Amino acid sequence: MQRLLNTGNLSIGYQSGKNREVILHQDINLELRSSEITCLLGPNGSGKSTLVRTLCGLQKSLGGFVEINGKLVEKTPPGDLSRLVSIVLTGELELSNINVFSMVAYGRSPYTGYFGKLNDNDVKIVERAMQSTGIEHLRRQKFETLSDGEKQKVMIAKSLAQETPLILLDEPTAFLDFPGKVEIMQLLRNTAREHQKAILLSTHDINLAIQFADRLWLMARERPIVTGMPEDLVLKGEIGSFFDKRKIRFEAETGTFIFETVFRGKVCLEGAGTTYDWMAKALKRKGFEIIEPKNSQTDTPKINVVKGKFELIVQGKILQFNTIEEVLQPLETNQ
Amino acid sequence: MKSAERTYQPTAGRNSLILFVLGLLILLFFIINLLLGSVSIPVAQIVRILLGSEAETQSWQAIVVHTRLPMSVTAMMAGAALGVSGLMMQTLFRNPLAGPSVLGVSAGASLGVAVMMLFITVPGGSLVAVSQVTGRFSVVAAAFAGSLMILIVIGFLAARFRGITIILILGIMISYTTSSLVGILQFYSMKEDLQAFVIWGLGSFGNVPLKQINVFIVLILGGLALSAALIKPLNLLLLGENYAVNLGLNTSASRFWIIAATGLLTATVTAYCGPIAFLGLAVPHLARNLFRTSDHRVIFPGTVLCGALLALVCNIIARLPGFDSALPINAITSLIGAPVVVWLIMKRNDFKSIT
Repeated sequence: MQRLLNTGNLSIGYQSGKNREVILHQDINLELRSSEITCLLGPNGSGKSTLVRTLCGLQKSLGGFVEINGKLVEKTPPGDLSRLVSIVLTGELELSNINVFSMVAYGRSPYTGYFGKLNDNDVKIVERAMQSTGIEHLRRQKFETLSDGEKQKVMIAKSLAQETPLILLDEPTAFLDFPGKVEIMQLLRNTAREHQKAILLSTHDINLAIQFADRLWLMARERPIVTGMPEDLVLKGEIGSFFDKRKIRFEAETGTFIFETVFRGKVCLEGAGTTYDWMAKALKRKGFEIIEPKNSQTDTPKINVVKGKFELIVQGKILQFNTIEEVLQPLETNQ
Repeated sequence: MKSAERTYQPTAGRNSLILFVLGLLILLFFIINLLLGSVSIPVAQIVRILLGSEAETQSWQAIVVHTRLPMSVTAMMAGAALGVSGLMMQTLFRNPLAGPSVLGVSAGASLGVAVMMLFITVPGGSLVAVSQVTGRFSVVAAAFAGSLMILIVIGFLAARFRGITIILILGIMISYTTSSLVGILQFYSMKEDLQAFVIWGLGSFGNVPLKQINVFIVLILGGLALSAALIKPLNLLLLGENYAVNLGLNTSASRFWIIAATGLLTATVTAYCGPIAFLGLAVPHLARNLFRTSDHRVIFPGTVLCGALLALVCNIIARLPGFDSALPINAITSLIGAPVVVWLIMKRNDFKSIT
């Protein structure tokens, strides 16, 4: 795994007025490697976009340097930089009357001549990019008629056609439904593996990032950026420390966020399997604390999960139910 | 190469056909332009004159060569130039309502002409009287001086500010300021001068004398060639500045050349024909709708032809038989141009992104 991008004591931020600089983060030392997906996570306003824009040279750094393939980004002319790093931005495109093929063919701009005419090789590369993103059937459709997910795929295909070792994406999953998000993440992971590319994407989908990323960059205001493998960061409690707010807690065991609710009482739960897990989830959501059978007292309501059905034992009575909703009803009225 | 292009340009054949038909229509309307006028000249005679042989009557020869031919050529050139200017401005500013006038170049030309016509008085009366002697050259020079002044201001601002919207707003504000200066000049000027200025402001394709038409043609062709060289940057700018930069575009250089080319084209047309309204705004929309693409490699030649054609049509309407003298061309271009834009936009039923 080859190192493709690295920063040295980089400071990022923006110019405010004439001579005032607002530094969002400083002393940033990061790197991106080939064949790896890195997810950049952080709350809104933490400087994710600023970092992405600085890494690809769209925005000036306020100190330090960014190097791609050993070349200093700020000293590289746009023509050369366009062959090193490609970007996919979200919600930026407002154009009409351009078909999908032409959009992907934009990726060849750094290589084509004066009028942007494609040669046979360019066309081959564009075809291949459309193939690997699964959008060949859309080639003649107008870009503006596509769904958000398809648009993202077209822009990713554009980046592939640009043949850069590095691809940066700013919130590529932001406007997609859940299957759409997963599809894009899978596409990016395959792209990184198959083409030995380094891919960085900023996202708010923490769960997906933990599943798909080879590496995470965690960002928040007024604290240094933390990097590492997702599993390590979960175990060290870093993810929790970056995202915990009042009433929202990251649960390391399940890798999910818990939204704390009002305490409703204790319930003893016995059983196993998927049905058990979902019963447990429902109880937690309603604010019940689940206790193990051995710690249970006689007056605690008890639920047995048997063969996908539920047995509720409350005040000596045994009630049988088929759905979770039915189980919860007497429990809630009982409290 | 050919086969490769065809795989992604399924409409290439259709586009060529439209370009061909546009070319034929231009030829047709060019000839109609030569035919129309207070003196009726047979088609056969006009063809003879065009082919370089002598016509039956000396006066026919004079009318065609000295009046109708320069006028038709000027209309074609001006239409093409304004269309391309409008196209570049709409792409640069990513705004469907942008036109050649947004940079304030034509307002600058008006100011130059106003200063010359209304303000500078020379011994023996105002300049209008004198301009009979100096010829229209003084008007052209004044218009160029005014445009150049505004272009320098815009160029300075474009280099200073990064945001493209700021330049759009500044251009429009400069237009307003310039117009109000012209208004003040008009208020203090003499009646005869004012009338001459108002007539200039109504525009005409018939003001380029045969002697100067070469200069006009060279300037317009130069401007069109410069614009054609900007086709790839213009295509990249459709994606917005971020993508354009990431695809290797040097945005400040491209912006400079786009503004320079637009300035040259608009200043030339305004200097020789007066401020022609609406053609520049309407023509790119017409071309986009005809060719159903925003790719400048297709739409640039399309705009050139549509612009030439629309200007010829407007010129014919302005000189339709039944009118004693030609109507002001500016009134016609607006009368035709505004409904065309409204119709095209209504037809699209898509108000979000028109460029």
